[in-house]
Amino acid sequence: MFLTLSMLAVQGGVEADQVAGSFEPFFPALVVLLPLLGFVLNGLLALSHAKRSAAAVRAGGELQLDGPGGRPSTHTLPTWIGPGVMLGAFAITVVNFVRMLGAHLEHPVVISYWHWISTSTFTVDAALQLDQLSMIMMMIITGVGFLIHVFSVGYMKDDTGYPRYFAYLNLFVFFMLVLVMGASYPLMFVGWEGVGLCSYLLIGYWFSDREKADAGKKAFIVNRIGDVGFLIAMFLLFATFGTLDFLDIFAGAEDALVYGGGAVTAIALFFLVGAAGKSAQIPLYIWLPDAMAGPTPVSALIHAATMVTAGVYLVARSSVIFALSPVGSAAVAGVGVLTALFAATIALTQNDIKKVLAYSTVSQLGYMFLGVGVGAYAAGVFHLMTRAFFKALLFLGSGAVIHSMHEALHHTHSHADAQDMRNMGGLKKYLPITWITMWIATLAIAGIWPFAGFFSKDEIIWQTAAFGGAANAPYPFLYTIYWILALAAAMLTAFYMTRLMVMTFHGSNRTGEEERKYLHKAPAVMWIPLAVLAVLSIFGGWINVPEAIRTSFLGLGGALPMSEWLHHWLEPLTAQAHHIQEVHLGELAHSAPVGGGEVAWAVASTLAALAVVIATVVLVGGREVETADKDAAPTGFGKVLYNKWYVDEAYDAVVVRPLGKASRFSWRVIDQGIIDGMVNAVGYLARGFGWFGSLFQTGSVNTYAFVLSLGVLFTLASFLF
Amino acid sequence: MITEGLILSAILFVIGTFGVLIRRNAIIMFLCIELQLNAVNVAFVALSRSVGIDGQIFVFFVMTVAAAEAAVGLAIIISIFRHYETVNVDNFNLLKW
Amino acid sequence: MFATVLFYLFAGVAIGGALGVVLAKSPVASLLMMVVSLGSVAGTFVLMEAHFLAAVQVIVYAGAIMVLFMFVIMLLNLGHDYEQDVKMGAFAVVSFAVVGVMAGMLATRFGGLEGDGPAAGAIAIDAALAEHGAVGAIGQTLFTDYVVPFEITGILLLVAIVGALALAKRNVA
Repeated sequence: MFLTLSMLAVQGGVEADQVAGSFEPFFPALVVLLPLLGFVLNGLLALSHAKRSAAAVRAGGELQLDGPGGRPSTHTLPTWIGPGVMLGAFAITVVNFVRMLGAHLEHPVVISYWHWISTSTFTVDAALQLDQLSMIMMMIITGVGFLIHVFSVGYMKDDTGYPRYFAYLNLFVFFMLVLVMGASYPLMFVGWEGVGLCSYLLIGYWFSDREKADAGKKAFIVNRIGDVGFLIAMFLLFATFGTLDFLDIFAGAEDALVYGGGAVTAIALFFLVGAAGKSAQIPLYIWLPDAMAGPTPVSALIHAATMVTAGVYLVARSSVIFALSPVGSAAVAGVGVLTALFAATIALTQNDIKKVLAYSTVSQLGYMFLGVGVGAYAAGVFHLMTRAFFKALLFLGSGAVIHSMHEALHHTHSHADAQDMRNMGGLKKYLPITWITMWIATLAIAGIWPFAGFFSKDEIIWQTAAFGGAANAPYPFLYTIYWILALAAAMLTAFYMTRLMVMTFHGSNRTGEEERKYLHKAPAVMWIPLAVLAVLSIFGGWINVPEAIRTSFLGLGGALPMSEWLHHWLEPLTAQAHHIQEVHLGELAHSAPVGGGEVAWAVASTLAALAVVIATVVLVGGREVETADKDAAPTGFGKVLYNKWYVDEAYDAVVVRPLGKASRFSWRVIDQGIIDGMVNAVGYLARGFGWFGSLFQTGSVNTYAFVLSLGVLFTLASFLF
Repeated sequence: MITEGLILSAILFVIGTFGVLIRRNAIIMFLCIELQLNAVNVAFVALSRSVGIDGQIFVFFVMTVAAAEAAVGLAIIISIFRHYETVNVDNFNLLKW
Repeated sequence: MFATVLFYLFAGVAIGGALGVVLAKSPVASLLMMVVSLGSVAGTFVLMEAHFLAAVQVIVYAGAIMVLFMFVIMLLNLGHDYEQDVKMGAFAVVSFAVVGVMAGMLATRFGGLEGDGPAAGAIAIDAALAEHGAVGAIGQTLFTDYVVPFEITGILLLVAIVGALALAKRNVA
């Protein structure tokens, strides 16, 4: 099958349905297939590695370290295969991207390879869709993915499961690309489930640790709940349209669905359930913080940059459906803004560096939901893109810190927590590049001008205000609340990120005398990806500067290039949704609910964020932090936040325990008692009948003959009388 | 003479049946079965007085089958006897269960 | 009249012989009683104008088959366990009752079957006997209307011979 796929890929997809403009796809299938090839090769290496390890253990010895760098030879090839296939995929994506830039593509290009499902009433093709949205996603996935693969080479170099790690990582990229390139909901669902699987595999990568394996299971199970929503939404779509291809559905949506009707609202809300599961939104966000059990580059790739944005992609892709459902959109925005604020409050008091980043991720995903929920699909995707840069950077930076800390603690056999910020402090001296790049990312996420996050986050907040103030906005008051909450969450973001930076890199060093000697800089293979991402975090926001800001002093009086470039780029895809919005809502507002224009609020928010950053540096930096073993447990409200609002405990009490009890009841009473009882009763009945029947089997021929005679007698009697 | 023949046939048949029921010697039981077959032959011959020569033809066939049956049946009894050293059917209770 | 008396005589001997078969203590005696019974039945056959069958009955049945039985009884040296051989007591009484009722039923059913004057079959048989003789009468039908069953009977006998050989052979190769 793989051969067939490769051949199809080489043909470059000859059955292009419609090639608009002069856009010629450049072997798009290869983008998908290269990571798959990487998975197959690395997977085979992983199997051979596992076999060798097992043989070594059986022989009672150690694995032979016959490769370069004092590592097993099975670790050599994945170093090149893993990032190599990603580089190839990225290069092909760039070629396609450049071609699409020059083509002014009006309609998505769908390349169908074969009929995947074919029944009399329902057909799904294995088809890839190339358009502006999938292209942006492909750029992010392959580009950021490549950098993270490179970083992993350094981060995972001494791990025993090295080939397995790259196999999983390649497989993840494959499924993620299927998710964003699939031309129909079922194909998207394949990618959707596939990335869930890889997420599970990678969270539980160190599966011998019970806690980490459990975290993987938690992620998998919580995601399943969301998937049910996705599936039901697909069923509803099929019931309405009879097809699940994107183009057919969106083309017929306005005819088949009534604006604000029950069907479209149900579809939108079920899609929201699915998206909330994958993108870690309230109430299904609980798996993401636990997912930090995986290796840090995995957290960067899957649980920050790509997979968790699948929900946002889903909503952006289904923009027509959400535009037709004001209730669905309001729910998306509400879930998003609540999650943004809620997760931000939890992040305030966490001490684990990755936990802070995890809750920050949840919070930022909330922003994206808010964006796509208020019809600003371009803004949502914009934030998705910029955040992929600075969030990956933050995670990789924390990875570099943890890597360094871990080795230092390992040298001294200390059992202190390598991820606890209370054990860090003053690391800027030891990890200078990491320090600088992470500050850039922090400023970006805090929304400080002119970093990437400023433009994307500000855009979302502004669009919320503009949407709520539209002439016929459905729930203007609700959107005003959203707007205020979003602003509040932005301030919290600035605080907790600065707190993280200060606790990690500033102040006095708390690692201990002996450990300090072993703290080391990130190697080149790790700091170069950091530097690339830092550059992107600075300039990435400039591709979508709102026109009003570009022409003001914030845009240096028009000196910033590319006014609303992303917005225009996505225009062919969002035009339909925007048209629906315009018809039903009227013109969007040009001022915030409490007055003030876009530029004024942009200035205000960046100044406020800057003030928070400075205040935090002063306040947190001026306070002496105790190491983890000496630090007093937080009290009062801080304790509630530290314990994450006791949400896990609440879920445990409300869902997990009752479910466990119900399962036990089903097992003991219903299954073992009633069902097994019935089955056993049938068995006993048969046995009883058998015993009764066996009484007639005397084995005596005479008796048999006698009974036979009786039979003859009765037959005769029936003839005669 | 038809009625008399049939009644003779009936009497011979029930005597044969009775023999099969009360005897346990396999060979005697076998003889009684031959008796039953013979009773049937009488019935055929008697009825041939009513329907014509075909009744007698059937008797011919019954006799042939009886001869074949006797040969095989006796062979079976001989093999059983070799194994059990007896032809008393009470000892052959493998049909049980 | 004479034929009727003769028929009753033969019938009585046949029934007595049959009872002897069932009740005789010795298997050899049973067998001899069986020969008596079969011979008497052959007599009734003659009276019912089945001359050929009467001859076959005596030659094949009372002769060949019974000799075969005799050989087996002698071969197995039977006849010393009459007490275990006969099931007496309640079972015999019940069995007797069953066969008695059966006989009663059959007898009732057969009463009044015969109409007045000679039956149609008897007339046809008389004609055939007059034309072809005793053997020819039955051969005429056997080799025309019943030739296929007749041939199959030959195969049956062959199979029986092979089967008997296979079963009774001491060491099956």
